Amino acid sequence: MEAIRKGPAPQKDAAPKLEARDLHKAFGPKVVLDGISFSVAPAESLVIVGPSGTGKSVLLKHLIGLLRPDSGTVLVDSQDFWALDALAQSKVRQKFGMSFQEGALFDSMSVFDNVAFPLRRSRRSPSEIRDRVKECLDIVHLPDVSEKRPSELSGGMRRRVGFARAIAREPEILLFDEPNTGLDPIMTDVIDESILEMRRRLRASIVTITHNIPSARKIGDRIALLFGGKILFQAPPAEFLKSDNPAVRQFVEGTAEGPLTVEGDERRSEGA
Amino acid sequence: MLGRTAVWAVRPPYDFMEWLRQMVRVGWDSIPVVFLTTLFTGMVLALQTYNGFARFHAESFIGSVVALSLTRELAPVLTALMVTGRVGSAMAAEIGSMRVTEQIDALTALGTEPVQFLIVPRVIAAISMLPLLVIMGDAVGMYGGYLVAVQLLGANPVVYIDNSFQFLHVREDVVSGLVKAAAFGGIFALIACVRGYYTEGGAEGVGQSTTSAVVSGSLTILVTDFFLTKLLY
Repeated sequence: MEAIRKGPAPQKDAAPKLEARDLHKAFGPKVVLDGISFSVAPAESLVIVGPSGTGKSVLLKHLIGLLRPDSGTVLVDSQDFWALDALAQSKVRQKFGMSFQEGALFDSMSVFDNVAFPLRRSRRSPSEIRDRVKECLDIVHLPDVSEKRPSELSGGMRRRVGFARAIAREPEILLFDEPNTGLDPIMTDVIDESILEMRRRLRASIVTITHNIPSARKIGDRIALLFGGKILFQAPPAEFLKSDNPAVRQFVEGTAEGPLTVEGDERRSEGA
Repeated sequence: MLGRTAVWAVRPPYDFMEWLRQMVRVGWDSIPVVFLTTLFTGMVLALQTYNGFARFHAESFIGSVVALSLTRELAPVLTALMVTGRVGSAMAAEIGSMRVTEQIDALTALGTEPVQFLIVPRVIAAISMLPLLVIMGDAVGMYGGYLVAVQLLGANPVVYIDNSFQFLHVREDVVSGLVKAAAFGGIFALIACVRGYYTEGGAEGVGQSTTSAVVSGSLTILVTDFFLTKLLY
């Protein structure tokens, strides 16, 4: 029942759409990614959870090539991203749609121009662009904001406009960076519904980063726990929530004592 | 970054509308500031030269001094410094806040090269607009000198104008001033964009980038001015 509500079934037997292979990254002495490997099947939705400051956003930026790993690589459709030249990388990035934490809308442009931005760079007529922008804003349930400026929108609306911009070019892979952090429970659910709606329409592979367990359960086919630069555990939602793994238990139950607690807790702020 | 900007400047697609928008911001919107700066510079130049030259009865050369100082040196340098303060700071602040709010990452993620979209139009606008502003500045400054000399100090207008143009060589004085202006435009825009592009650390970082864009931009202009002048004359 839940699988039907979530959308298309992941094609687990097919070659992975997106694969992270032994990613390592350090900023100065601080090791953020310490040998991360995972893959996402076509049409699969992977949710990566973990405490704040464990490098979730850094991991997501590696997947789309905004950050270069110190070692290891990312494969998109079995193609090594870092073996490509800049123009080919730019082409590969067009398979992606990414939504940023605070939306990252271009504040010098209206909502319409923000969503139309990726479309204007492909050969489409103005009327095609207008129709597609309208369609995308309908998918995220924001039909009447196209003339507004990003500064006139609430946080939740800005993120949904960010979604609309991310799906405008019908990407094959969608990345969501903390889509509902800082939002109230109702808006959180609205955002989750938007993600499921986009999933149904696009049949894209999705990687979402969050520390919200109910959201992870709702939108994920698989949940992975990231901590200390490694993936400690991954499983389908039901299995994940029932797991005996002490780290998973601590995160799911939200207790201060446990393997995820850092001595003296000198975590960087999220997204840094 | 200079190399990357040059490479992306010649690669399609060309966003001419964005180029034009930046040209309006750098050029058209700077007209009042450059007008006042050069007008009063021309006026004070005439006043000071008169005070000095009157001591050895050389008042008739005021026009020449004003024209030569303005076209060769003061109009290009002062225009560049004023535009650096006005536009360079805005460029660094705008690109810097785009960096800290992940808008530059969003550009890359959407398959658009940020250097091509943000830096190329600004640098092109600055290189092309500064010489035009300086042409205006030359004219306005000379008019300011004329006003003071003729209206305030009672110089003969015909002799003044005659003297202004007698020793003024178009290629050697005016054109070399414009070449300097174009170079200054490229320098301040590139420095401002680079400072903005590599901004780190939130609002404080944007503030630091803006300050550093104006300070290092202005200093680089003054240092380059000496070497360019040595090279061009």
